[in-house]
Amino acid sequence: MNLTKALLATSALVITSGSAFAESMTLVSWGGAYQASQTKAYSDPYTAANPDITIIWDESSAEAVAKLRAMNEAGNITWDLVDVEGADSIRLCDEGLAMEIDHDSMLAAAPDGTSASDDFGDSIVSDCFIPQIVFSTTVGYRLDMVGDTPPTSICALFDTDTYPGKRALNKRPLANVEWALLCDGVPKDEIYDVLATSEGQDRALAKLDTIKDDVIWWSAAAETPQLLADGEIVMGSTYNGRLFAAIAEQNQPIGMLWDAQMLDFDGWIVPAGLPEDRLARVMDFLNFATDTQRLADQAAYISYGPARASSAPLVGNHADLGIPMAPHMPTDPANATNVFVTQYEFWADYRDDIDAKFQAWLAN
Amino acid sequence: MSETTQSGPMLSADGVPLKTSLARALRRQKIRALLLISPLLAFVVITFIIPIASMLFRSVENQIVSNTLPQTVAMIADVSADEATTDEMLFRVLYLDMYRAVEAKAHTRLGSRLNYEKSGISSLFRTSGRKLEDMGEDFEDFFKDADSGMVKGPFWHELMQGDGGEDLLDERLGLLTDLTSLEASDDLGFTLSGEAAALLPWASRAYADWALFTAVVDEDDVSKKKPWAGVYAALALDLADPATQSAVAAYGGSGAAELQAAVANIADMPATGFRAYFEDIDDKWVSGETWALLKVFGSQYTSGYFLNAVDMKLTPDGIEQRPDNERLYLKLFNRTLIMSMVITVSCILLGYPVAWLLANLPMRSANVLMILVLLPFWTSLLVRTSAWKVLLQQQGVINDILVWLGFVADDSRLIMMNNSTGTIIAMTHILLPFMILPLYSVMKTIPPTYLRAAKSLGATNWTAFWRVYFPQSVPGIGAGSILVFILAIGYYITPEIVGGTDGVFISNRIAYHISSSLNWGLAAALGTILLAVVMLLYWLYDRIVGIDNVKLGG
Amino acid sequence: MASTTAEFRPPFATFTAPLSALLAAMFGFVVGNAYGEPWIGFLIGGILGAIIAFAIDKLPFGRTQSRLGTIVILGLAGLTTGSAGGVVSGVLIGAVLSWFIYWLDRGEYRKNVPVYYTAGQTLWHNAFMLICGLIFFFLIAPLMPVMWLSFNAQDFFTFTPEMLNFEAAGYSLKHYRNFLTTEEWMIPLKNSLIIAPIATVISVSLGTLAAIGLSQSHVPARRAIMAILISPMIVPLIISATGMFFFYAPLGNWIELNLGLSQTFVGYVKVILAHAVLGVPFVIITVTATLVGFDNSLTRAAANMGANPVTTFFRVQMPLILPGVISGGLFAFITSFDEVVVVLFVGSARQQTLPWQMFTGLREQISPTILAAATILVVISIMLLTTVELLRRRSERLRGLSPG
Repeated sequence: MNLTKALLATSALVITSGSAFAESMTLVSWGGAYQASQTKAYSDPYTAANPDITIIWDESSAEAVAKLRAMNEAGNITWDLVDVEGADSIRLCDEGLAMEIDHDSMLAAAPDGTSASDDFGDSIVSDCFIPQIVFSTTVGYRLDMVGDTPPTSICALFDTDTYPGKRALNKRPLANVEWALLCDGVPKDEIYDVLATSEGQDRALAKLDTIKDDVIWWSAAAETPQLLADGEIVMGSTYNGRLFAAIAEQNQPIGMLWDAQMLDFDGWIVPAGLPEDRLARVMDFLNFATDTQRLADQAAYISYGPARASSAPLVGNHADLGIPMAPHMPTDPANATNVFVTQYEFWADYRDDIDAKFQAWLAN
Repeated sequence: MSETTQSGPMLSADGVPLKTSLARALRRQKIRALLLISPLLAFVVITFIIPIASMLFRSVENQIVSNTLPQTVAMIADVSADEATTDEMLFRVLYLDMYRAVEAKAHTRLGSRLNYEKSGISSLFRTSGRKLEDMGEDFEDFFKDADSGMVKGPFWHELMQGDGGEDLLDERLGLLTDLTSLEASDDLGFTLSGEAAALLPWASRAYADWALFTAVVDEDDVSKKKPWAGVYAALALDLADPATQSAVAAYGGSGAAELQAAVANIADMPATGFRAYFEDIDDKWVSGETWALLKVFGSQYTSGYFLNAVDMKLTPDGIEQRPDNERLYLKLFNRTLIMSMVITVSCILLGYPVAWLLANLPMRSANVLMILVLLPFWTSLLVRTSAWKVLLQQQGVINDILVWLGFVADDSRLIMMNNSTGTIIAMTHILLPFMILPLYSVMKTIPPTYLRAAKSLGATNWTAFWRVYFPQSVPGIGAGSILVFILAIGYYITPEIVGGTDGVFISNRIAYHISSSLNWGLAAALGTILLAVVMLLYWLYDRIVGIDNVKLGG
Repeated sequence: MASTTAEFRPPFATFTAPLSALLAAMFGFVVGNAYGEPWIGFLIGGILGAIIAFAIDKLPFGRTQSRLGTIVILGLAGLTTGSAGGVVSGVLIGAVLSWFIYWLDRGEYRKNVPVYYTAGQTLWHNAFMLICGLIFFFLIAPLMPVMWLSFNAQDFFTFTPEMLNFEAAGYSLKHYRNFLTTEEWMIPLKNSLIIAPIATVISVSLGTLAAIGLSQSHVPARRAIMAILISPMIVPLIISATGMFFFYAPLGNWIELNLGLSQTFVGYVKVILAHAVLGVPFVIITVTATLVGFDNSLTRAAANMGANPVTTFFRVQMPLILPGVISGGLFAFITSFDEVVVVLFVGSARQQTLPWQMFTGLREQISPTILAAATILVVISIMLLTTVELLRRRSERLRGLSPG
């Protein structure tokens, strides 16, 4: 059913692509530097090429999931395209709030002819998800507070003897419990099996308990660079783009610890139930904004990797600083020696359960 | 007036009985009061109370389960969970219900909802959804081999079109409208034949589901299209029954030839054990736990959310406490209430002197000082909270100053952030103006002559204050405390930023459940409990202290 | 002017000297700590304090002269450390110390209390003033790092070494430029300034009326009505936001379709009404509290003299309950001005308000532009409130009334 609608829409866009009345499209994103990079790489070129379309940016991605559900129930969808994290896209897809996408027919192929779904590969974590970037949760540390031996392994987080001082970790269990089990001796490929059991979850929390008094729990990713700049923490986890900004743009004495980085994807979803004309416009934009060159362009403004394999060789220099961006990508071979990819299906099942236990442990 | 004896009821000046006159005046007063209140009351009730009430009602609503798998849920009401795992009939009903839900894209939603109660269910529903169609396609291939006409729309349309099957059609239509909330027009474009329904019970049910879906949801023409793969599975189910086989042999209506051809090749038909199919898809389908879950949460209204909100859970064996390491909410309620009380008390202690000063100084000085009280207001909450972080951190301004002054050693800096101290300090600062201003406006109405009179009668400063001034300021304390307490319970951004793990309040969790986990039922339950607790405290306060308990000379 | 009472001066040896010595000793402790010898500093400070107190007491210099003298002496002492900071500290310590000694020595601590106050009562009075001063300082304290950090050249909330040494390289106006010149901030500011006042006016007018109605005698179902009217404050904000969305979304659609109003306008209306509901409880609570002490015989007297209820309200009741109404209005304004969640749900991108922008700013990248915005708002509000106060004093003068 949705496939038919999608094909109709695609043909509709071909027919109506020449329509010349000014229309607006509402895109929803996170604000800040990330949205700025999307504006410069996607919407500015698009509106330059299609002057009759106005793009309005709405900085509501933080509440996108709840608001989409509310809009769906009220029967009034005012958004056209929403930027969400991979995990949220699964939830939205499950709830029927996001439209299923046929990647091959709706998105552009790579320049060498590889179909979109092959080009995106594993980053298509749900049927409704159109990936944009690869980002990871990594650890940054104060270069001047770690003595002579900078940390090289993620277990430095738990090593308060060699690296005394406070740490900053995310207030959600994601990444923390995996790192805890890894440093408690569980082999990497068994971690999710262990984590699916109640004993495994308790084991992860017990390991985290050993550093609980030294941890400052952040709820906004921007807190960790601030805490590092203040010297309040020795090391802390956050998204790699924030650390890059702090190091390269703000010249802070921070080093990156890429070991056991937790890869995650961020991308678009199309709200379910859009009327045909708006859907046609969105598809046209999507086709443009997620092609190989555009994703590579975004990397010039922010150090998140493009989700397409074909975009990686096209990644150039930072737009303002002029430094090559490729070495700062999570996917760069030098950084990607030991990588965790977020297991979306696992977390879709166990997120509520583990989160409840994690919060109960935190509250004690 | 001069009459000292009267007979009959008392009369007022205009000759009307006094009682009626008084009653009329009372009624007029009530009406006037209500007239003054009604615009606001109407505004609040319409734009707030009603929407919020329906939001909070989600804490008991559970129609999603019985709307998505209606007949399954109805069937397992009568059997135990263990019996359900071996009941082949149940799995057939499940197949039809699930197929309809998968086509309507409602099955993953149910999986999400049930996942709140038991981890793993969401992927169970998600993967099952993809595999059900495969099952049906196996049977479709068989029928295609038997007679190619069977995989075309006209065969089915001729077979099923007719009269007599209105009841079945209405029943299936009801299930569909419950699931999709779509209204069906009166003319569906087809009718169901009673003969076909009697001949092929399962197939006709599946066909009706498909036809109604096509007509109502897709708004397509039923006569031209080929039905879902699931309909073929249902047909196979019918034809596997020897009784149906003999009925088909005797059948002479439209489609008889194709049906008999299929019966002739019955040996080649794939096995129709639906339980086995579901077991193949995933073990959880034949596990007693899954069916127990469906049993417990099959009802239209559930107490499950409320029980979760007080750290209990609804299990097949009844209501149980959650294990220790999952208990969260009662602790959070406790902590929220206690911290709010502490913050209220500290606001009273800090706010009262300032309000007294402002109310008793001459206007020009008081207004200048009032500017100091109002200034923090204009800096947004977020800015103030960040400022406290900068001040109270271990490497923050206050610690730096104390170390510089020599009162504190460098390696034993005060820990005032990311714990309850930080929360109390920051919240007190943020809520202090909410205490000072009502206190000030009440104190402004207290005539200074009372205090002077008390002193002139010989009272000491303390007695004069405590027995004359303080009781008159109690409404101000009350108003300020209510504001501060309720706001302290509700603010969660500040405790989240400065409170560390001690700063997780109940509103944090409510926000999490609305924004991230989409468990709106639990959020509504938590919100209702919070609302009820606060209303109770407000009522108690009203009872004990009284909002307007100043009774000084009427 | 001749005075009938002799000028009051406390005993030197038992009162002024010890207290002055103590204060000076505390300063000495701090200074000594900078050299690593706090207790020696304590001792030296104490002795110095006593000497200066003796000088101020015995020598016949006036107030300005003795204070200036002390400041100069201690400033010179600070000069010996060789840094600008030393001189500044010396001058500051001298100013505080000399004020304190003079205040004690000349008995000025008795100036604001009635003549008949005992020593204990005077002590309490001055201590009370000190406590109030500390509380005011507590109220203002966080604003100071906010204003100082808004000039930070870096994009963090950190006092860099350059800032602490007052070097020019550490300071910059870029956050102010960012705030005042980009649409990213100016549009949210404009939206906030549209939405908040209108919402406040609605909630204050409806709320004051209802509060007056509630404070009448004999209101049926008074407790229930009060509970309903303060519930917007109690229900967790995110639930209100979602619930109100379900009300306003179809309503907005209906208005757009049937009344033909533009989507942006309807969006503003929705947010304004939602904020008005949130502000109502504050007005109700503060105004009913003020009305408790209201003397109802005044209304009866006004009616007696021929005023109709409306005139009575505006000319008798309003002036007396004005502090309560203004408090309530202020709270309602702040609630609307500071509110993020409801706007996020009920509004759309075109109604983005200042706190929404700040919230995004704090989550996505900590940027002192927020502090610049806050500083500007503080400065504007100081100017506004000072203007209001000056106008009030002027109208008092014009009417020939004595200062209240």
